[in-house]
Amino acid sequence: MREFASVSLFFGAAVSLAAYAFGLALKKKFRLAILNPLLIAILCVIGVNLVLGVDHETYNSSAKYLSYLLTPATVCLAVPLYEQLSLLRKNAKAVVCGILAGVLASMLGVLACAKLFGLDETLYVTLLPKSITTAIGMGVAQELGGIVTITVAVIILTGILGNVIADGIFKLCRIEEPVAKGLALGTSAHAIGTARAMEMGQVEGAMSSLAIAVAGLITVVSASVFAQLM
Amino acid sequence: MKYLKQATLILLISFAGEVLNVVLPLPIPASVYGMVILLVCLCTGLVRVGQVKETAGFLIEIMPVMFIPAAVGLTDAWPSLQPVLVPVTLTMVLTTVLVMAVTGWVTQGVIHKEKGAKK
Repeated sequence: MREFASVSLFFGAAVSLAAYAFGLALKKKFRLAILNPLLIAILCVIGVNLVLGVDHETYNSSAKYLSYLLTPATVCLAVPLYEQLSLLRKNAKAVVCGILAGVLASMLGVLACAKLFGLDETLYVTLLPKSITTAIGMGVAQELGGIVTITVAVIILTGILGNVIADGIFKLCRIEEPVAKGLALGTSAHAIGTARAMEMGQVEGAMSSLAIAVAGLITVVSASVFAQLM
Repeated sequence: MKYLKQATLILLISFAGEVLNVVLPLPIPASVYGMVILLVCLCTGLVRVGQVKETAGFLIEIMPVMFIPAAVGLTDAWPSLQPVLVPVTLTMVLTTVLVMAVTGWVTQGVIHKEKGAKK
């Protein structure tokens, strides 16, 4: 089994899907926010790989076909967005204000933390694009002279964190409007947050999809300004 | 035939996004270009929702799974992350909570204000 798992082309992808299904089942059974299906799936896959001695390269030779689908899946986010277009028009002002405020909060937050924790300039610009989608964030970090590996890691971790804490934060801050929930998830936790928003509902999902694109683009412009402030 | 046509259309648009990503000198990924292209196509009636709906629904449903490989791969980023772990983790947690709360509050605040104004 060990040997076979390390050459199989379907092992990694199958384990990933099974782990996510397992995470969903656990969440359904116990109804606890901490039982986040994505987080459970990631930990399960890491565990299975360790137990079976599958190294990351082998796992990825199979699982990369899942990552491959990410671009077409992101393209498809236009469909729920289109279906909620009238809602978007009705709330245009709130949407623009919300995303702008979120991006500004992200930049100011990173700046404040950098000063507080005494981060150097390289690390500061590395963290600036942490809330936006990986592909845009990588470009921004590269442009500003950040460490791209750390940027990617922090972007993914931010997404997972946002996905996990969303329910708690919304309850704590009394955020009840579906439009507000969607934008908050997309602006703070990009596509991984959007995956959670899609589970909450059509409106949340559509607004979160919109926020990925808009927050990403605003960050491209504003990060270069904020990079000068350190 | 339905799924064949839908998948073809979605992959063609992804490809068009890839082309724009290479041709235009902006740090915008193919996926975001693709999303905008599909949205424009839907709005102009060039593509009808029925021409992509089922396949789009499938891809969106399994989307969380697509992040698992990258997250599992984070174990490789450990050496570069380890020396700066504490400040980076703190920054990440604080700002993520901040951005989520601020975006939600501001959006909800404006919505409530506009609703109140209408009354």
